[in-house]
Amino acid sequence: MFGLFRKTAAQQAEDDAKIQASLSKTRQGFFGRITTIFQANEVTDETWDELEELLIQADLGINTASQLVAHLRERVQRERLKRVEDVRAVLKDELLKLLAAPPVMTIDEPRLLTVMLIVGVNGSGKTTSIAKLARYYKARGKKVVLAAADTFRAAAIDQIKIWGERTGVEVIAQAPGADPGAVVYDAIRASQETRQAELLIIDTAGRLHTKYNLMKELEKVRAVCARQVHDAPHETLLVLDATTGQNAISQAKHFKEAVQVTGIILTKLDGTAKGGIVFAIEQELGLPVRFVGTGEKADDFAEFEPKAFVDAILD
Amino acid sequence: MFESLQTKLNAVFEKLASRGRLSEQDVDLALREVRLALLEADVNFKVVKQLVARVRERAVGVEVMQSLTPAQQVVKIVHEELLKTLGEPARLDMSGPAPHVVMLVGLQGSGKTTTAAKLALSLRKSNKRALLVAADTYRPAAVTQLEVLGKQLDIPVHSEGTKISPPEIVRHALQRGREGAYDVVILDTAGRLQISEEMMHELEEIQALAHPQEILLVADAMTGQEAVNVAKGFHERVKLTGLILTKVDGDARGGAAISMREVTGVPIKFLCVGEKTDAIEPFYPDRLASRILGMGDMLSLIEKAGETVDRAAAETMTRKLVKGQFDLEDFLKQLQQIKKMGPLSQLLEMIPGMGRATKDLAPDVTDKQVRRIEAIINSMTIDERRDPHLMNAGRKRRVARGSGTTVPEINDLLNQFRQMQRLMKQMSSGGRGLRGAFSDMFR
Ligand SMILES: Nc1nc2c(ncn2[C@@H]2O[C@H](COP(=O)(O)OP(=O)(O)OP(=O)(O)O)[C@@H](O)[C@H]2O)c(=O)[nH]1
Ligand SMILES: [Mg+2]
Repeated sequence: MFGLFRKTAAQQAEDDAKIQASLSKTRQGFFGRITTIFQANEVTDETWDELEELLIQADLGINTASQLVAHLRERVQRERLKRVEDVRAVLKDELLKLLAAPPVMTIDEPRLLTVMLIVGVNGSGKTTSIAKLARYYKARGKKVVLAAADTFRAAAIDQIKIWGERTGVEVIAQAPGADPGAVVYDAIRASQETRQAELLIIDTAGRLHTKYNLMKELEKVRAVCARQVHDAPHETLLVLDATTGQNAISQAKHFKEAVQVTGIILTKLDGTAKGGIVFAIEQELGLPVRFVGTGEKADDFAEFEPKAFVDAILD
Repeated sequence: MFESLQTKLNAVFEKLASRGRLSEQDVDLALREVRLALLEADVNFKVVKQLVARVRERAVGVEVMQSLTPAQQVVKIVHEELLKTLGEPARLDMSGPAPHVVMLVGLQGSGKTTTAAKLALSLRKSNKRALLVAADTYRPAAVTQLEVLGKQLDIPVHSEGTKISPPEIVRHALQRGREGAYDVVILDTAGRLQISEEMMHELEEIQALAHPQEILLVADAMTGQEAVNVAKGFHERVKLTGLILTKVDGDARGGAAISMREVTGVPIKFLCVGEKTDAIEPFYPDRLASRILGMGDMLSLIEKAGETVDRAAAETMTRKLVKGQFDLEDFLKQLQQIKKMGPLSQLLEMIPGMGRATKDLAPDVTDKQVRRIEAIINSMTIDERRDPHLMNAGRKRRVARGSGTTVPEINDLLNQFRQMQRLMKQMSSGGRGLRGAFSDMFR
């Protein structure tokens, strides 16, 4: 059973290619320019300022960007690096360090029912990502069920039902306006009893992290999971739009506090946004990116590979 | 997480203690902070550069006004430059013959569908009939979403499922708009990336056949540095006439608005401030500028107070406050007024510098605190309220029994009240006491 979830070389290559392709625009726009900077003669004070600006432009945030540049600068001096290639290698190294080596996801551990809770602000791409996750895990041999716990937004239930049909995955839903906790309770019971599902993925309504009552509601949904299934939710993923700026840190912080987020799904990487906020979030909150969304179709999706990510944006 | 620019600049200038003219050195130190603040607020770095250059030009050599500190002087200049960039607010263009076509465009997930419904509702409030058009045939259930919203609001929706092409749907909708004598036809288009050739071409097609009077870019207030390229991308393909900023009810500083406005030059027309269909507001440059600088939203607070607070009473209160004659009786009245304005935590967010602090305060905690304070003051005699010094040990025990609280709690309240009186006096002379006063009270 485990073998199913380890990626084959072909899958790995496919995932890397997706990240590469989606970031090619990024590469030209952003790291392409870093290369240009380094190709220009000597490294001067101005070079570092420009580098910092480029990192800021990629939404790394002023703190992360300036720290990164300081590290880089120090290393380049200490190691007396002159060649552009060496400096680039060091930059790649520093960027990779920020993404660290995250602990493996616990989704694949053997248990009767695995529960995944998907949260995020309005419109970040939760429902679409859930369709992608469903397809992804189904292809890896899991019996997947979806819970339509966004009972608030108009037609949210219809939306996830359409995705259920498209991906061939069952959706457990109640009427619009139903209590999300009750939907989750039912979905867990059904998954355990009649459906004999292995993986339950819960869609929640988009909410701004500053809304006290809505965050409380989410805590309740989480509590229902915890009460019904040992150690659940086993993963709680925050869906983050790569177009988001510095506010992503506040989002991650609040969602983490409320429902113990364990990782990030970074969506809309097929756009021109760089997704650089990922570095800041990993650094400040230790939340690893798990998956990336690279389009609107169910297969526009890949596992996040720090090395491939950094490689792709630097090479 | 963010301190207001004012606070940061205060720290910068405290070291300098400079008065008189602002030297180049003073200004450069301050501008470092200005740059950081703007970048933290997601203003695009190129736009930041231009802004900072303009501020520098104006600030060097400026005589610090008698009434202002150097920090306030710099903030004032920055604020003015932001205002200039943000431009004048504008309304929907409703000139010429009806029906007027309003087309909403933007990235995926920016909030177009909800905004379409909000616009239709706000138009109805000014006696204009709108027809909503479901032209997003791509996102699953997008059509249903608009239909549901239309039904909730009792506003007609033109929809033809997802099998017909969006330009075709729009063509039919326009006809229906004319025949039904609608005032406005609002086109809800699918979210798209500004770099998607095919999808951008579709927008051009719709534009060519519908000749929208308004093409509004709907953008998320949380957008980062890319806002510039997104706005530019849309503007180049379909000439935008305005911007709508959504999800402004969160804690994003909204610097993207500055960036988008700078690259397109089109006015910001509305801000969306909640999921409910009436949560749409006209745009006030002043408020957004303050918000971007982390200065809170004092104006909204004052306006809100204006709606609920009896003006004469408020004036008496202010006079008392300034003179330091504010007693517990007044305080109780004040609390009751505040409670009328809505959940305390929401109000506190609008106060400069308080925004982030209040995130840690749960409304049930703050509101419970308020109830406790009320109970204590209600158990005091009028004389005690007017002169809290009367409160000796015996009286405190009596009040504790009467209000179901404890003597230490009463001591706390009295201490905080004294502190508050002091701070209020400072504040009326321009200090920065309010934040301290409030956070102490609700610790
Ligand atoms: N280009 C692109 N679009 C995406 C991606 N992921 C989601 N979207 C689009 O973003 C929009 C919003 O996606 P949803 O999945 O409905 O987002 P949500 O978070 O569930 O939204 P709410 O439930 O309303 O909060 C849709 O138009 C999706 O097609 C992605 O990776 N790339
Ligand atoms: Mg959704």
